[in-house]
Amino acid sequence: MSTHLSTEQLLHAYEVMRTIRAFEERLHVEFATGEIPGFVHLYAGEEASAAGVMAHLRDSDCIASNHRGHGHCIAKGVDVYGMMAEIYGKKTGVCGGKGGSMHIADLEKGMLGANGIVGAGAPLVAGAALAAKIKGTDDVAVVFFGDGGSNEGAVFEAMNLASIMNLPCIFVAENNGYAEATASNWSVACDHIADRAAGFGMPGVTIDGYDFFAVHEAAGAAIERARSGQGPSLIEVKLTRYYGHFEGDAQTYRAPDEVKNLRETRDCLMQFRQRSTRAGLLSAEQLDQIDARVEDLIEDSVRRAKSDPKPDPAALLSDVYVSYP
Amino acid sequence: MARKISYQQAINEALAQEMRRDSSVFIIGEDVAGGAGAPGEEDAWGGVLGVTKGLYKQFPGRVLDAPLSEIGYVGAAVGAATQGLRPVCELMFVDFAGCCLDQILNQAAKFRYMFGGKAVTPLVMRTMVGAGLRAAAQHSQMLTSLWTHIPGLKVVCPSSPYDAKGLLIQAIRDNDPVIFCEHKLLYSMQGEVPEELYTVPFGEANYLRDGDDITLVTYGRMVHLAMEAAANLARQGIDCEVLDLRTTSPLDEDSILESVEKTGRLVVIDEANPRCSMATDISALVAQKAFAALKGPIEMVTAPHTPVPFSDALEDLYIPTAAKIEAAVHKVIGARSAA
Amino acid sequence: MSQIHTLTMPKWGLSMTEGRIDTWLKREGEQINKGDEVLDVETDKISSSVEAPFSGVLRRLIAQPDETLPVGALLAVVVEGEADEAEIDAVVQRFQAEFVPGGDGEQDSGPAPQKIDLGGRTLRYFDLGEGGTPLLLVHGFGGDLNNWLFNHQALAAERRVIALDLPGHGESGKALQRGDLDELSQTVIALLDHLDIQHAHLAGHSMGGAVSLNLARLAPQRVRTLTLIASAGLGREINGDYLQGFVDASNRNALKPQLTQLFSDPGLVTRQMLEDMLKFKRLEGVDSALRQLAAALADGGVQRHDLRAVVAQQPSLVIWGAADAIIPASHAEGLPAEVEILPGQGHMVQMEAAERINQRLAAFLASH
Repeated sequence: MSTHLSTEQLLHAYEVMRTIRAFEERLHVEFATGEIPGFVHLYAGEEASAAGVMAHLRDSDCIASNHRGHGHCIAKGVDVYGMMAEIYGKKTGVCGGKGGSMHIADLEKGMLGANGIVGAGAPLVAGAALAAKIKGTDDVAVVFFGDGGSNEGAVFEAMNLASIMNLPCIFVAENNGYAEATASNWSVACDHIADRAAGFGMPGVTIDGYDFFAVHEAAGAAIERARSGQGPSLIEVKLTRYYGHFEGDAQTYRAPDEVKNLRETRDCLMQFRQRSTRAGLLSAEQLDQIDARVEDLIEDSVRRAKSDPKPDPAALLSDVYVSYP
Repeated sequence: MARKISYQQAINEALAQEMRRDSSVFIIGEDVAGGAGAPGEEDAWGGVLGVTKGLYKQFPGRVLDAPLSEIGYVGAAVGAATQGLRPVCELMFVDFAGCCLDQILNQAAKFRYMFGGKAVTPLVMRTMVGAGLRAAAQHSQMLTSLWTHIPGLKVVCPSSPYDAKGLLIQAIRDNDPVIFCEHKLLYSMQGEVPEELYTVPFGEANYLRDGDDITLVTYGRMVHLAMEAAANLARQGIDCEVLDLRTTSPLDEDSILESVEKTGRLVVIDEANPRCSMATDISALVAQKAFAALKGPIEMVTAPHTPVPFSDALEDLYIPTAAKIEAAVHKVIGARSAA
Repeated sequence: MSQIHTLTMPKWGLSMTEGRIDTWLKREGEQINKGDEVLDVETDKISSSVEAPFSGVLRRLIAQPDETLPVGALLAVVVEGEADEAEIDAVVQRFQAEFVPGGDGEQDSGPAPQKIDLGGRTLRYFDLGEGGTPLLLVHGFGGDLNNWLFNHQALAAERRVIALDLPGHGESGKALQRGDLDELSQTVIALLDHLDIQHAHLAGHSMGGAVSLNLARLAPQRVRTLTLIASAGLGREINGDYLQGFVDASNRNALKPQLTQLFSDPGLVTRQMLEDMLKFKRLEGVDSALRQLAAALADGGVQRHDLRAVVAQQPSLVIWGAADAIIPASHAEGLPAEVEILPGQGHMVQMEAAERINQRLAAFLASH
């Protein structure tokens, strides 16, 4: 099933991917200065997955992510400046500076949070899907986990539960080939993560994650299945991360030119630009304008995040045991 | 208020009345109904000890059996709680905490704080605690301090049918995750329970007995042993004040300190293991904040630092007794003799 | 002529089965007079004093402090005139041999309060005694029919006496519609209609007094006489801090100082009383019912209703404790009624001076 995207949708998709790329590339630079506290796990290289899936989702649909969650947040519509301020640990951050990179959430946009525990999002999303089913809406829920996270018991339990309860959720395994420093072809027992789907009574497909259109099509089918009450699906998206597991990871476990080659030959933004301009769907100028706008947005976000105040000391003790009327 | 029902019935009634009042409440757990997919009776169990029996038929679609997947269904309950529903999930035995701990520890307990105060996770996790049924090491623990230690969780330990109903209704209405600890041996306890809906507040200890000589602080089933000891001690001329904590998180520090300021003596009774327990927690609190009022050292009456043994001869030695509480009181009071 | 009296554990209210001896107020060998307080007893509902129903010398103390004994058990022996130890021993032995706790058949299958549906709302009431023009007992704010614990049975010896739980209170339905005096008075009228009672004596305490006055205002033909005990509606002042404090108190530390204002003896406010009151206040609907009623009764320290004019409509008896800290006894002044002010008594005078109140009320009713 091929869905034709409108010009607006194509431009939006590009903007999402470009925003993620610019956000992550900038963080890569800024993190090296030592000004950003804690850890960051960059999504650069994986943009087509987030953009391709989120293109089908509404605010009332939920997603849950993992530690490598910036891309999912941006694609779901979480405020970019708010995200940057959060990563900098500032008061103006989307979580008041209390969550940080790994816990960025915005429940109003249906983003149940990046998560420091890989695989933990899977049962949460099953629960969100259960809630939609109980409430009788046609909302769906999507969880993103990696090849490493795919081995967590939480994911298996959630898949089984979603299947027996026929829940409207989608399991997206972003297989970037490495779980921290361990290759997925070593740690995942079957040939494809998607092979596991059959064991849990749901359809599974493996998709080229460098190709926005391939992701968009597969995600569209799975989300339509879920919305129409036909239950859960598993999508394995094969892609790469350009940077290490965390910023500071020297990535010595990878082949020397691995990343360089992928950037030059398979980059998802490059492919998208080539395909859409060659097909006459978009012009280079339109895309360049987006590039410029995104650059300004990131620049502005970083500038403000750097100068914003840190949380007040009272915030240390707030948000536990709040009493309600 | 004259009607008497059991602790178990009080819990069932709380669930039924609150589910009737609020359509967002639902139940999920292993065999909370029972019989799923099987050819025989639907609602075959209603919970392993029958606490949720009957709710499956009263509330179609709102009492969900789950497979043996604590991570899966507890996590799903957490997820559903973020979406405007009020799940009451059941961890059949608190000993199974290890199977689902992440979803409670790192997810439910932390959403509100981590997400800057914008997430509400109104989850209740009901679970069975305590020894005395000869269920052995993996089905008899208390683990109260495990949950109490985690910021963001509320921990409730009702000691009577009246408290069980009121505290459970409060827990369901509370917008924070609540661990609701039901002691297995209390299920058949009878007590006066109002027919209407009512709540019992968290963070407010219950004075079961006023006294001037010594303060006994405890919770859960141990409350009844403390009262038994207090009656025996009264005949010996020792006047005990007995506090039932009701909730260990939030903890009613004020009542504990106020009582010790008055009596000057403290014995803490806790069925859980002694290292890093409620007993040590309360002892440290009093030693720190009411030191000047203390007329003698604090005594703790707890289980030993062992798993729960199986043989009844051994399990009966494991669980604190009224005699052990009385001995502790005498030790604290020192030379005080029988009248 | 000598008489050997046995002082036994009284029965306060129908649910009492036993009492715990707290303290003896008189010593062995002491002369006691009828009506004297002889010992303090605590039940699961209340602490109070046992009054001597006869005079004489307290010759033998049987019950010990801290001992719990069933209703009807032997507490002491009081002798009018002469009696030697052997005679007293014989009386004691015979009593103990024959005593069966709770053995009185009448007590086993005794009457109990009942609940009815009155116009879509649950109402609990307690109907004792028979004959004569019925007396209706109406409790006050935050109370229930147990406020008449020490009066109901005694008064029911002479006539039919009915005590009720007002809406929002006790075990009656908690939801109020307007939450005003008319609603309460009309409910009482509805109860009278249900029981087919055309005329009744009304006795109301505190807010219950205002409810009774208001009923007499609405339906004077239904009211034979009015007894107003520490009643609202007869003057301007009321302890608004108490009303607000009582309504707001949600734990025992907040509630205790409020309840102690009600009694002349603050020691009567036991842990059990506080617990029972907190349990009542936690019931669904009670908080809003109490707030509605408090607002209808008064604005801060000023009562909203002036029902003094109603007193003249029928024969009325007004009783007050001189030391009432909730509604001042001065409100009894200048009323066209029989007035009795009891020195040293507080707001809950019908409980603390029960014997006196019962006598006074019985005499008043008998003459009308």
